[in-house]
Amino acid sequence: MLQKYTTPDAANGYAQLASDVLTQAKACGATEADIVVADGETLSVQVRVGTVDRLTKAREKRLGLRVFIGKRSATTSTSDFSRESLERLVGDTCTLARAVVEDDVSGLPDAAQMTKEQPNLDLYDETVLDTETQIDWAKRGEAAAFALDPRITNSEGAEFDSSSGRVVLANSHGFVGSYKSSNFSLSVSPIATESRTGAMQRDAWYEVQRKFARLASAESIGQEAARRAVRRLGARKVATKRVPVVFDQETAGSLLANLCSAVSGYGLYKRASFLLDKLGQTIASDLLTLYDDGRMVGGLGSRPFDGEGLATRKNAIVERGVLKSYLLDTYSGKKLGLPSTGNASRSVGESPSVGPTNFYLVPGLKSQEEIIGSVKEGLYVTELIGFGINMVTGDYSRGACGFWIENGELSYPVEEITIAGNLKQMFKDIEIIGSDLVFRGRIASPTLKISEMMVAGN
Amino acid sequence: MGYTRPVAHRDKEATINIMLEPVQLAKFGVTEREAQHALDRLNVRDVDYADLYFESRTSESVSMEEGIVKRAAKSVSQGVGVRATAGEKTGFAYSDELTKKDLEIAADTARYIANSPRGDSSVPVPTQRRPTRDLYPIEREKAEVATADRVTLLNEIDAEARRYDPRIKNVMASFNTEYKVVAVATSDGALVGDIQPLSRLQITCIAEDCDNRQVGSFGGGGRVGFEYYREDNRHLSYAREAAREAILNLSAVDAPAGVMPVVLAGGWPGILLHEAIGHGLEADFNRKKTSAFSNLIGKRVASDVCTIVDDGTLPFRRGSLNMDDEGTSTSCTTLIEKGILRRYITDKLNARLMGIPLTGNGRRENYQSVVLPRMTNTFMMAGESDPQDIVRSVKKGLYAVSFGGGQVDITNGKFVFSASEAYLIEDGRITTPVKGATLIGNGPEILTKVSMVGRDLKLDNGIGTCGKDGQSVPVGVGLPTIKIEEITVGGTQR
Repeated sequence: MLQKYTTPDAANGYAQLASDVLTQAKACGATEADIVVADGETLSVQVRVGTVDRLTKAREKRLGLRVFIGKRSATTSTSDFSRESLERLVGDTCTLARAVVEDDVSGLPDAAQMTKEQPNLDLYDETVLDTETQIDWAKRGEAAAFALDPRITNSEGAEFDSSSGRVVLANSHGFVGSYKSSNFSLSVSPIATESRTGAMQRDAWYEVQRKFARLASAESIGQEAARRAVRRLGARKVATKRVPVVFDQETAGSLLANLCSAVSGYGLYKRASFLLDKLGQTIASDLLTLYDDGRMVGGLGSRPFDGEGLATRKNAIVERGVLKSYLLDTYSGKKLGLPSTGNASRSVGESPSVGPTNFYLVPGLKSQEEIIGSVKEGLYVTELIGFGINMVTGDYSRGACGFWIENGELSYPVEEITIAGNLKQMFKDIEIIGSDLVFRGRIASPTLKISEMMVAGN
Repeated sequence: MGYTRPVAHRDKEATINIMLEPVQLAKFGVTEREAQHALDRLNVRDVDYADLYFESRTSESVSMEEGIVKRAAKSVSQGVGVRATAGEKTGFAYSDELTKKDLEIAADTARYIANSPRGDSSVPVPTQRRPTRDLYPIEREKAEVATADRVTLLNEIDAEARRYDPRIKNVMASFNTEYKVVAVATSDGALVGDIQPLSRLQITCIAEDCDNRQVGSFGGGGRVGFEYYREDNRHLSYAREAAREAILNLSAVDAPAGVMPVVLAGGWPGILLHEAIGHGLEADFNRKKTSAFSNLIGKRVASDVCTIVDDGTLPFRRGSLNMDDEGTSTSCTTLIEKGILRRYITDKLNARLMGIPLTGNGRRENYQSVVLPRMTNTFMMAGESDPQDIVRSVKKGLYAVSFGGGQVDITNGKFVFSASEAYLIEDGRITTPVKGATLIGNGPEILTKVSMVGRDLKLDNGIGTCGKDGQSVPVGVGLPTIKIEEITVGGTQR
C-alpha cells in the first residue's frame, strides 16, 4: 500500500487520485506501478501588424499510468479523470502489459533511490497576466521591430505566451513528488524587404523565463528580431569550398543538442549513436567541458526530481574533451551496466526516456568579435535547417545561412548553402569557445569555432 | 454518455438523420441543443464564423527492439476546441471537459477577440449531414487488433530483417494506430462528423561490419486496417527494404558537394514538392504576404512538364480525409498546371479573407490546436519520359531514391531535404552508393529546372508527418522519376 512521504503538495487532490489508481492497479495484478498527473493553464496571444491575430486559452490535465506485471510493462494515458474512465484505464493497462514480452531489466528504480528531498528550485511564478497585458507586450515587441528600420515591412507576428502547471509523480514504492512551474515567453518574427528586388527575409528573436519579472523588455526583443531580419537582406550563395565555420550561440546550441542525443542511454544501448563505447575516451577538443545540471535555480530545464522520482543533480558529461558520463535513466542504465544519472524524462503516457536538464558548455575567454576576427575566410552560421544528421554515423549535412567572413569581419549575408562534415570530427575540431554563454533554453552554448567544414554552394 | 434524443423542433431532420447514420454528437455526451447554444453564444456582432470541434482519439502503439516487443502504450483523449473568427482575428479555447458550463466558458473566451456586444440574429440551425463519401471504410473491429497479433507482426519483421543479412545487428520496429472520431458544428449551419482511422508500421535496422555501422529504415501505412500489413506479406517486404538500405550504406562513399544534376526516383522523394512549393502555397502565408510565392498566381513557377496537385480524396491514403477539420469536403486542387501557378490551398478563414475558393484544406492536429491551411497528398502528375532515359541523360550527377526529412523557410523560399539512399550517376549509369547528403534549393526556382518527368508516378508508402506551427498532421507525397538540371548537393567531397 501507499505510504506517503511528506511533501508540500501531499494534501492536494491529485496525490489522493494517484494513490487510488495505484491501489486499483495492484488489485488488477500489477506488481509495480507509477503514475504521472500533469495539469496546466496557458494563455497565448499572437499579434500581427498591430492587431490581435489569435488568442488561445486553455486548461488541461492528463494522467499517465505505467504498470509492471513481473517483467512485463505497459503505459497508458487519459484526460478523463472520471472514476469509470480510470477503472477502465487500469484494466486496459494490465491487459496490455500481459500481452508484451518479458524484459529482464524492466521495473521501477529501487525504493532506496527515490529522492529524499525536493528542493524549491524557484521554477514557479504566481503572476497571472491578464489578456490585455499580454496583448500589450506582443504589440510593443512587434512595434519595436517595425520602428527599428524602414526595411521591416511585414511580420509573421509577435507571440506572448504564459503557462503554468503542476506535475505529480507517485509510485508503488510510496513515493509522491510534486512541483509547480511556469513559463513566460515573447517571440517576435519580423520580415524585412529589399526595396530593389522585393526579396524578403524573415528572422526572429525570443526570450523565455520562469519568472515574468526576468523577461527582457518587449522593445529589446523586437529590436533584436528586426536587426537579425534586416542584416539578412541581399544574401547570396558562395562557391563550394572548405573553410573555418563559426557557429553563433543558437546554432552552437544545436550542435550540443546533437551531442546530447548521442550520449543518451537509449541511443547507446540500441547501438544507434556515433559515441558508442567511448566512455572515458577523448571525443572532443580539450577545450570542451560540458555539464548537465538539473538543480540550477530558476533554470528552464531544472526539476527537483526526474521522471522516475530520482534526485536530479549536476553531472559532468565531458571534461576537457573526455567523455565522462552518459545521460541515463534506470532502464537504459541497466542495459549499459551503469546507474541512472537522474535524467529520466517523462511525458505523460509514455515510459521514461532520457533527456537533458540544463545542458551547457563551459564558456571560454574569447568574445564573439575575437572569434570572428580569427577567421581570414569562412562562414558565420546563424541558422540551420533540415534533418541531415545521421546519429548512427555522425554524418552531418544541413542547410545553413549566415554571413561570409573576410579578413576577420562579417562581409555579406549568405544563404542556400549547406555545411557538411562528421560530428565525431567536428567536436574534435572545435578550435575556440566563446565567453558568451547565455541560458535561453535547456541547452546553451557560447559561440564556437570549428577549424574546417565543407561549405557547398555554387 | 448515453445517446440524447434530438430536441423536438428538429424532429423532421431527425428522421433523415437516422437514414444517414448521423454524426454522433452523443458520443461526446453533448446534445445538439448544447452545441447550438454554444454557437449562439459565439454569435456576437463582429464574429464572421464560429465552430465547435469535438474530438475523441484512441492511440495505441507497440514497439520492438533487441528482438523483443517490450513496450505497449495506449492513450485516450477527448475534448472540444471552440473558435470564433472576426476579420483576421481568431479567438480559440479548448477544454477536455465537455459539460455545458465548459462549452460556455470556452465560447466566452473565443469571442473575446470580437470585442463587441451580442448580435441579435441567431445562427442557423445545423443541417446535419455526413461526409459525402467514405474514403476509408474500415470497420471498428478491423481497426482494433489484439495486441498479441501486433506482437506477432513485429516478431516476424525482426526475423525477416535478420535473415536478410547477418550484419543486421539490431531491428527496431513500431506499429502505431490511431482511431479518431470527430464532429464539427459550425455557425454556417453544418453539423458533420467523421471517423478517421490511421496506422503506420516503421522499421529501422542497424547494420554493422567491423567498425562500420549504418542505419536503414522503411515504413508504410495509411487509413487502413491491420490486414493491410499482412497482404502479400507487406510487413516482411518493409523489413527487407530497411535491412537492404542499412547494408547498402555499409558500402556508401562520401557524397559530393556542389551544384549538379539530380535525378529523383518516384514516390517519397516527392517530399521535394511538399517543401519547395507546398508550404509556400498555403493560403495563410500568402494572405499575409510572407511567402516567397505571394502574388505569383498565374505566373510561371515551374517548367511546362510540371503539373502538381494536392488531393485529399485518394482512398485509404495517409493524407486523405473525407472532410477537413472544418467540415468541408476535401478535394483535388491543381496547384501548378503545366508550370503555371493556379491555386493556393485554403481553409475557411483564409479563403474568406482572400476571396478565393475553399479547397477543403483546413486541418488541425487535435482539438487543442487551431485550424491552418495544410496539405493532404501532394504530388506531381506523370509525364512522358522513360525513367531509364532520364538516368541515361545525366553524365555526372546524383540519383536519390529515399529521403529523411525536409524543411523550408517560407519567406525566402529556401528549402532542404536530406537523402538517406542515393547513388552517383556516371555516364548515364547508376554506380556507387553515396552517404546521405542534404539538397538545398530555392522553392520558386527549383521546378523551373525540372527538364524531364517520367511516366512512373508513384505515391509514397504512407509515412509522412508534416509539422507547421508546432502542429503535426499526416500527409502524403508522390512523384514520378524527374530530372532537375541543377541543385546544390551538400556532401563533403569536391
